[in-house]
Amino acid sequence: MPWFEDIKTGSRLELGSHTFTAEEIIGFARKYDPQYFHVDEEAAKAGPFGGLTASGWHTSATWMKLMIATRQGAKEPPDADGRQPPAGGPSPGFLDMKWPNPVRPGDTITYASEVVGKIDMKTRPEWGIVRSLNTGVNQRGEPVLSFIGQGLIQRRHPRGA
Amino acid sequence: MRQPKYYWEDFRPGEVAEFGEKTVTKDEIIEFASEFDPQPFHLDEEAGRQSILGGLCASGWHSCAMMMRMMCDAYVLDSASMGAPGVDEVRWKKPVYAGDTIRLRRTCLERRVSKSRPEMGLTRFRLELVNQKGEVAVSSEGWAMYGRRHPGAVAGES
Repeated sequence: MPWFEDIKTGSRLELGSHTFTAEEIIGFARKYDPQYFHVDEEAAKAGPFGGLTASGWHTSATWMKLMIATRQGAKEPPDADGRQPPAGGPSPGFLDMKWPNPVRPGDTITYASEVVGKIDMKTRPEWGIVRSLNTGVNQRGEPVLSFIGQGLIQRRHPRGA
Repeated sequence: MRQPKYYWEDFRPGEVAEFGEKTVTKDEIIEFASEFDPQPFHLDEEAGRQSILGGLCASGWHSCAMMMRMMCDAYVLDSASMGAPGVDEVRWKKPVYAGDTIRLRRTCLERRVSKSRPEMGLTRFRLELVNQKGEVAVSSEGWAMYGRRHPGAVAGES
């Protein structure tokens, strides 16, 4: 990751795409969300979405998977003094997650992340919080996911130091 | 599909219920993180100890998925669930460490009928994962959609 100071509000990361198969939709849902419309293709036809759909948590966790892969593929160069820019930090949570359309088998979801705000932390001068609008759209351009994510990122120079 | 036990009418604002207990294992933390969130503090005990989180702990997305599974086992699979449009907020307040025992606390906050679909109602819950020390590790709030036992009845009646 870049240091907190180097992250620009408005910057956008394209995270790539993932195609959801029926097997993985069912595999995830059997472990974590075994409602019939996520695990049973036949029964799902009579369900609220008219067919098998991915658990919203599967759609969301796949955003994280592609975010980590994108970060790992984009190593920042060291600073002039040799310090290595930070790895990503933990998150205090997220806001306003929406699953406006279901993800069905064969759908290809393209994910992105756009920085919408930076927040200083009173209690942790070495860290800042970056807020991002994170999205997923399907192959028809319909939104399937949006949420405001938050991540703690280390500062190059502690605030107030 | 079996006949559901719980419909929209069965979740009453103000009610608090606790469910289950689940001990979170190191193996399941690593399994989830390997696929969806391969950061060192979710994969390796030593890296976890050295991180800001202080130990090997579950991905926040894994915590949400575990909470969903506990909801399913406690009541959702016996209900007329019609899914959820999203989640208003999730707070990852404390790490869920390997070996922690968590339970689910559900508070029903408010409810309304759907204007466009009279067979459906919406209920807003606060859902929390509470650890063995009584600390709230994960707190979420959001609306869920449930079929009504009596479609068309006046809101608030059951």
